[in-house]
Amino acid sequence: MDKFLNSVRLDSDLCKGCINCIKRCPTQAIRVRNGKAHIIAPFCIDCGECIRVCSHHAKKADYDSFEDIEKFKYKVALPAPSFYGQFNNLHDTDIVLRALISMGFDDVYEVSAAAELVSEMSREYINNHPYGKPFISTACPTIVKLIRVRFPNLIEHLLPISAPVDIAAELARKKAVKKTGLAPEDIGIVFISPCPAKVSAVRFPLTSEKSQIDAVLAIKEVYTRILPFMKETANGSEELSMSGKIGISWGASGGEAGGLLTDSFLAADGIENVINVLEDLEDQKITQLDFIELNACSGGCVGGVLQVENPYVAKSKLKKLRKYMPVAKSHIEGQVIDGAFWENEIEYLPVFRLGSDLMESLAKMEKADEIIKRLPGLDCGSCGAPTCKALAEDIVRGVANEKDCVHLLRDYIHKMTDDLKGL
Amino acid sequence: MSSLKFHYVVDKTDFTRAGEASSDVKGKLRKMGCDPEVIRKVAIAMYEGEINMVIHAKGGVIDVEITPTDIILVLKDNGPGIADIEKAMQAGYSTASENIRSLGFGAGMGLPNMKKYSDEMNIDTVLGVGTTVTMVVHMK
Repeated sequence: MDKFLNSVRLDSDLCKGCINCIKRCPTQAIRVRNGKAHIIAPFCIDCGECIRVCSHHAKKADYDSFEDIEKFKYKVALPAPSFYGQFNNLHDTDIVLRALISMGFDDVYEVSAAAELVSEMSREYINNHPYGKPFISTACPTIVKLIRVRFPNLIEHLLPISAPVDIAAELARKKAVKKTGLAPEDIGIVFISPCPAKVSAVRFPLTSEKSQIDAVLAIKEVYTRILPFMKETANGSEELSMSGKIGISWGASGGEAGGLLTDSFLAADGIENVINVLEDLEDQKITQLDFIELNACSGGCVGGVLQVENPYVAKSKLKKLRKYMPVAKSHIEGQVIDGAFWENEIEYLPVFRLGSDLMESLAKMEKADEIIKRLPGLDCGSCGAPTCKALAEDIVRGVANEKDCVHLLRDYIHKMTDDLKGL
Repeated sequence: MSSLKFHYVVDKTDFTRAGEASSDVKGKLRKMGCDPEVIRKVAIAMYEGEINMVIHAKGGVIDVEITPTDIILVLKDNGPGIADIEKAMQAGYSTASENIRSLGFGAGMGLPNMKKYSDEMNIDTVLGVGTTVTMVVHMK
């Protein structure tokens, strides 16, 4: 597996080679070449914007299928906190949890329960490391990937605590082994995910050697299957829920920060907003905050591309649902959790640099600057690059040429015909 | 020796655009694979300078030269000039108006921060004529 793995696939038959995705990509990672959209893997941060914006449905998220999880003898479902925001008039999370069991899972382990543990750990960690402030949230894998390639100076501010879903997976497997006596590999830990970024994070973990998650299902696919079961489980009485207000709140922007019980935070969501905050943070325009919560999707995890409900509606549903819940139901209470902290550090990957050393880069940038002056500056995208500047950089990188610009090509053809006429 | 030169015009009193020039330079240095710490120093020092030009001098021009060894920033304005450089270099000293302070600027850290984040700094100022600040950040 490689560190630039991403979870976006292209259905070539459906791709028209239009400019929607290349214009929307926040890291300019997509080019249209030979009429089809190609992702430059090292630039991609798995934000899912291209999936969201493709009107031809050619961009697809990669995730596992229900068939993929059949092989496990004992299956544990890990619903994301945002999953609860997908349902109308849901007043009790146990209805969803019981329905997951009815539809074939052997047990459930709420990611929101592990989120409450992460909130506790984060409070302690931030208190004990005052000089590392402000800490940047790391639950969203896209944020970690973005900082890794674009904000090297902020790497030291990343909160080095594993994401709730990873801790939930660790605890769920332990619980299942103890309960069933089965070998750990016979147990399938299945995350019900709002986004494909988590799929790459499972297949190539950024901060641990191996993920404890065995499969990732899309919320939108589980949603259609679970609804009939929820009608049956609405009247059940088994209590499976292990989380309260803090855990459930993680499903939307501001929830993680809220769990830190401090006012000294900001919470930004939507990839463009996030990039603006990181730029300002890097330039020290934002100071005196303890915590920066960042979510790549608008609204937070409720805005993930694998969700069903409008993110803002889902956020409001979560708010209603948690109203009468206790503050938190899960606590660390002295337990030691394996893999609670990052095993590996994040390393800066300067993927955007033009040359292999400073001199080469300088020369290439000089050349790109000359090329930009000849380009029309329309940023029309017809060449397959998102902007004229991106085309100029592609040219000096040796992967495009000036005649990819339709305007320069037209001028060139006009000049040729004029020359021919003059003969 | 090859070098890259860029010219920026800093607009009068438009705070929303202040920072555009330093952002652009930051992006260029990143594409060059420049050391992250160097990028950070340049971005902070240049942004402070840009804001200073907007607050005190109704804008000006910035010339940036990138060489394999240095990044040279020349910030030139036609503002009122600095009456007492020694005082202006003191942390916390500011002549910014109440209006500017209410926007969160004018904390008196502009010049001290520019000095802190650059490796060399020189100020040329003539009262009533203008100020030219030259900052150099060394590539590592």
